[in-house]
Amino acid sequence: MSRRKNPLHTLRAGVVLQFVLAVVCAAILLVPLGTSVLGGFKKNSELMMRPFGLPAVPQTQNYTNVLASHAFWRQLENSVFVMTLTTFGVVALAAMAAYVFARLQFRGRDVLYNFFTLGLMFPTAVAILPLYLTIRSAGMVDTYWGIILPQIGFGLPLTIIVLRGFFAQIPKEIEEAAAIDGASIMGMFFYIVLPIVRPALASMAVLVMVSSWNAFFWPLLVINSTEMYTLPLGVMQFSSQFGTDYGRVLAFVTLSMVPAIAFYLVAERQIVSGLTAGAMKG
Amino acid sequence: MKALAPARLTPPAGPRVTRNVEKWLSIGILLLPALVIYTWMVILPVIRAAQFSLYSWNGLGPLTEFTGLGNFVAIMRDEVFRVALGNNLFIIALSLLVQLPLALGLAVLLQSRLAGRAVFRTVYFMPYVISEVIAAFIFRYIFRPEGGLINMVLGTFHITGPAWLADTHIVMYAVFVTLTWKYFGYHMVLYLAGLQGIPAELKEAAKIDGASSWETFRYVTLPLLAPTIRLTIYLSVIGSLQVFDLVWAMTRGGPVSASETMATYMYRAGFIKQQLGYGSALAIIIFLICFGFSLVYQHFAMRRDVEGAY
Repeated sequence: MSRRKNPLHTLRAGVVLQFVLAVVCAAILLVPLGTSVLGGFKKNSELMMRPFGLPAVPQTQNYTNVLASHAFWRQLENSVFVMTLTTFGVVALAAMAAYVFARLQFRGRDVLYNFFTLGLMFPTAVAILPLYLTIRSAGMVDTYWGIILPQIGFGLPLTIIVLRGFFAQIPKEIEEAAAIDGASIMGMFFYIVLPIVRPALASMAVLVMVSSWNAFFWPLLVINSTEMYTLPLGVMQFSSQFGTDYGRVLAFVTLSMVPAIAFYLVAERQIVSGLTAGAMKG
Repeated sequence: MKALAPARLTPPAGPRVTRNVEKWLSIGILLLPALVIYTWMVILPVIRAAQFSLYSWNGLGPLTEFTGLGNFVAIMRDEVFRVALGNNLFIIALSLLVQLPLALGLAVLLQSRLAGRAVFRTVYFMPYVISEVIAAFIFRYIFRPEGGLINMVLGTFHITGPAWLADTHIVMYAVFVTLTWKYFGYHMVLYLAGLQGIPAELKEAAKIDGASSWETFRYVTLPLLAPTIRLTIYLSVIGSLQVFDLVWAMTRGGPVSASETMATYMYRAGFIKQQLGYGSALAIIIFLICFGFSLVYQHFAMRRDVEGAY
């Protein structure tokens, strides 16, 4: 009787219930990932009998095989290369354009800005057929530029919109003081404004990195030679090549997840703040 | 005198001219690279898609076979397109009814004083950074009829699970489960940001007035979260209309186009069957649906939120 009426007890019961609920949800979410990680430690014979749960005796050969393969490292390298150039391209070009839209007055500015925001309305799917023809006639099929340039183009609108918002928040007085000291527009952009918005640049960069790292649809079209495959294409190819050799494929899948997850654990704050800013302002 | 006239036309000391030159030069240098790549890679292809959609064309040779709106008429009669559109609508409906409430529930849970909530947030959001191809592969493994986790769990309750990905009636549920696993964390993060913007004093005041925690949620938190909820609905619908990667890697739109979405069907028409005119018309339809939705939605539902955003 008295137990039920004591608010402290109901509070504690509520807290325990919440915690249990949170743990259950986390467990359900982690099962697919755990399955993949643990599956890589099993031989196929064991996978047939006990596909889930801990391996009886952890077998490392699936992992060592993947780590010893040329293809995995090659794909990792390709992904890093494409991601780096894409990210640099999007953030650099978007920051430059966003500064113009935030600070410089000129005729046609609003029209041009709206021209960029129009890009948010186009799903990649709309442009993909003619974009492929564009890339083909530019001779960029089966080249890294064939992936990078379109990714930059489609990454620009949102990044420009978000960064323009950040630039606009900077007090004008800072630049006015610099102008009196004789700073040029370019000087103000590079030495005063860019350093101030560095956290925003980092957030947007991280966002572009994640989407470039995971990109599948477009690289699938542009890249033909397996030597140039990025990791998502590699996963696709590896899983169809080794079909039911599940232990091996799971090891490959797990290892190809490692960079993304490691990066996420390091840059979680930037990813989350970038996504939030992107969603709210776009 | 004559010699003086031109001298008077150029401004006296010159700083205004140099400043103007500098301004336009800076604008050019800063803006042109973005403008060129964006126009080249986004705008021109979209315009060409609109053009191609009016032709019957296999992608080779010149555009000669003008068919007007023929492709669009054919799409309206296309059985597979209807299935694909239906699947997109199915994903939208389940996302709004299941995925968003789930995300909101977990966001509220994480917002309360929960031990280790930073860890939980990290875990809940993790699937978002994993590529759709990987998610598709892992879930294909889990959804296997023989030896897949889901059916093994069902088996312990003596239920014979279906062949998830091979059954035309069930495949979309499996796709939706995978989509939810990957994307609910995104919405949860947005809700968390929205919840953080609600002053704690309001909830405390409600509690002092004797409101239960459900009443506080229903009459204080939820109304104040409305702009965020409207935003996530918008993003969820637009995202659901464009689903491609996950479906393609998981089922290729099969079995017999049971899990085809508009985007996978467009890919199939354009790149596998080489019907570029038809594929482009499909792309334009996807665009018009997205565009129409955002115009209507932003006009009626989000207008209050957008005002004062800048």
